[in-house]
Amino acid sequence: MEDKNWEPKVVAFVCNWCTYTGADLAGTSRMKQQANARLIRVPCTGRIDPLFIMKAFEGGADAVLVSGCHPGDCHYNSGNFHARRRWIFFKELLNFVGIDSKRLYFSWVSASEGKKWVDVVNGVIDAVKLEGPFLKYKNLTREIELPVE
Amino acid sequence: MKIGVFICHCGENIGKTVDCHRVAEVSALMPGVAYAEDYKYMCSDPGQNLIKQAIKDKGLDAVVVGSCSPHMHEKTFRKACSSAGVNPFMVEIANLREHCSWIHEDVPSATRKAIDLIRIAVEKVKYNEPLIPIRVPVTKRALVIGGGISGIQAALDVAGAGYQVILVEKEPSIGGHMSQLSETFPTLDCSQCILTPRMVEAYQHPNIKLMTYSEVENVEGFIGNFKVTIRKKARKVNEDLCTGCGDCIQKCPIKKVASSEFDEGLIKRPAIYVPFPQAVPNIPVIDTAACTYFKSGKCQMCVKTCGRGAIDFKQEDRLVEEEVGAIIVATGYKLYSIDKKPEDNIYKGYGEYGYGQYKDVVNGLQFERIASASGPTSGDILRPSDKKPPKKIVFIQCVGSRDESKGFSYCSKICCMYTAKHAMLYKHKVHDGEAYVFYMDIRAGGKMYEEFVRRAIEEDGVKYIRGRVSKIYEEDGKLIVKGEDTIAGEAVVIDADMVVLATAMIPQENASKLAQLLGVPYDKHGFLQEVHPKLRPVETSTGGIFLAGACHSPRDIPESVAMASAAAAKALVLFGSDVLEREPVVAKVNETTCAGCFYCRKACAYNAIERKVLKDRNGKFIKEVAYVNSSLCQGCGTCNATCPSKSVELVGFKDDQIYAEILALAEV
Repeated sequence: MEDKNWEPKVVAFVCNWCTYTGADLAGTSRMKQQANARLIRVPCTGRIDPLFIMKAFEGGADAVLVSGCHPGDCHYNSGNFHARRRWIFFKELLNFVGIDSKRLYFSWVSASEGKKWVDVVNGVIDAVKLEGPFLKYKNLTREIELPVE
Repeated sequence: MKIGVFICHCGENIGKTVDCHRVAEVSALMPGVAYAEDYKYMCSDPGQNLIKQAIKDKGLDAVVVGSCSPHMHEKTFRKACSSAGVNPFMVEIANLREHCSWIHEDVPSATRKAIDLIRIAVEKVKYNEPLIPIRVPVTKRALVIGGGISGIQAALDVAGAGYQVILVEKEPSIGGHMSQLSETFPTLDCSQCILTPRMVEAYQHPNIKLMTYSEVENVEGFIGNFKVTIRKKARKVNEDLCTGCGDCIQKCPIKKVASSEFDEGLIKRPAIYVPFPQAVPNIPVIDTAACTYFKSGKCQMCVKTCGRGAIDFKQEDRLVEEEVGAIIVATGYKLYSIDKKPEDNIYKGYGEYGYGQYKDVVNGLQFERIASASGPTSGDILRPSDKKPPKKIVFIQCVGSRDESKGFSYCSKICCMYTAKHAMLYKHKVHDGEAYVFYMDIRAGGKMYEEFVRRAIEEDGVKYIRGRVSKIYEEDGKLIVKGEDTIAGEAVVIDADMVVLATAMIPQENASKLAQLLGVPYDKHGFLQEVHPKLRPVETSTGGIFLAGACHSPRDIPESVAMASAAAAKALVLFGSDVLEREPVVAKVNETTCAGCFYCRKACAYNAIERKVLKDRNGKFIKEVAYVNSSLCQGCGTCNATCPSKSVELVGFKDDQIYAEILALAEV
């Protein structure tokens, strides 16, 4: 697994209205960024089940990024507040099950913050590159041979 | 399932950084993919035809398009597929342009990412299901809350288009603050002269049902289908019998019992009253707190006087239910209370200005009444204390506005203009009088507004002093105004006869309570929030509810009228269709597994989740489960993530769809 050509894999869960659109804006503005993030679009960060994040780690993600509308700006009024509250609990749980919570990132990026999105993505990728591949979970899943689905 | 993958080059936009042909080749090998192709412009007619042809030739039942952002062309491709017989919700878009080719430079890594994005979409679409848009009927009636100029305008516009309107006003008469104004800027038109014909028009309009002295008590339902409960407060006067002759008011023995709401407390009114002579409807109200009969059971002068027998002491509040399709909120504003009295003042206030302490310190609306021909002084500028014409008036702007330490951060917008108007009206009536205006900045944006202020300064000789006032106190019958002139850099002391405070506009009482009832967000000041500040300024985030006038933010009459017409137009757009069609991305409950914990209900921001009782065929109770009202559900999916048993799922973003996307990225 210690691959010299290792490139980090970042799975990003983003809400449709703010961060996805903000990422679109980064694209329209041709703001270059590292190509390691894969976005999964959900309507709202409130839709994100903590198990999605576990599943992403299980699938080999080196980091997971969750991003939505700024607090108070949620397209669905309060979905991001639910997400934020879940995050507070889930972070503790992550540490408990042995996943370094440093692998999970949370940010608010609005539809007009293309630049911020680029900074967030690059920041996460740079941080993961420093941390190196996230092998702990991967090795564990190999050991107990969890079925993929 | 046979999936077709179509990769767009978008000219060179995608093709330059992503090897589209390679992506198509790899896609063709993905499990489930029956066909893959790349093309220069997929959204063009030939491109769309290519997809349609492939659907027919290969018998595809799901489509993945690798192109620009779904926000751009998702609709285009859904429509194309739908015309070729594939359900539009069996189409997924992989964003290869905004999220890939435009943001990366290295071709191999961009191509790798593009393949990943396609794989995500392919895996997801396997779990998509054909959906049909939700159709809900539209009740083509509107409710307008608030009978000021905004509400009247909105009601007239909707009614004029041929639809029924219920206009609800909490005061005994419509007209709002505009009916209290003397003249209007910048034309100095008499306010009542231009308003009262509109009030009468609204009253007589066959399509408008006027409900004065009434308040909205409850709102249920959703866009196109609201059920509203309106409390019709007891006037104690039978509206059908009353002719509005006013004899009862003349005969009421307690003439001066309560301060007149309409005249801003400058005079007193009797226990039975109409707010002002031009009131619409011209039907009196009994103030039960002031009336002798309701205190001691005696008097009944009005009953004896009324030839029509319209006085009805036994009349009770009535609850009226109405069904409407659109709601226009036009609850307006009130003035920031600067009174020193602590019991009715939740704000810090301006105790140093002596409002409520000195009779001759008045607010803007009180000065309107003093200057108004229909006011307590018949339009003569006389100060409240001794009814003498003041020779020196000081106007103070921004009392509460633009002052976060004592009031609010925002600008009340109209005060610069109405202060100039007040000063002008004063100078027109008291020729030898002196008018001073303390200001922070003059904000006179608007047609002929700047010119109006210049006129006040240059033609009418109003003296503008840039600076704030620190204290006002009484000395030898004069109000000593101590302030500073920041341009001259010196302290200013003026011995005024009267002071007029341009106090901040704040939302009407209970506006935030009403907003909660309607499910409309409001800001920290209580002003109702539009859905988009630039492009959707009159719509709220709750479908079918629109905003008009000063309930949204401080604004003047022309702006309020324009906003009211805009809100009416939005309601009419809604009424233009018999049924509403919306995306079927809503939550659905699996009643078999639902345990009825109703955590989803708590998570739902739209009250879309109801309780449903399940019974067996004998009518025996089985259990209570959640039920999603798909017309209310906006499709955020918060319930889905909250549900402990995963019994409520957001269609289009179900768990298995998202897990498929995540696993598409897994190293297998």
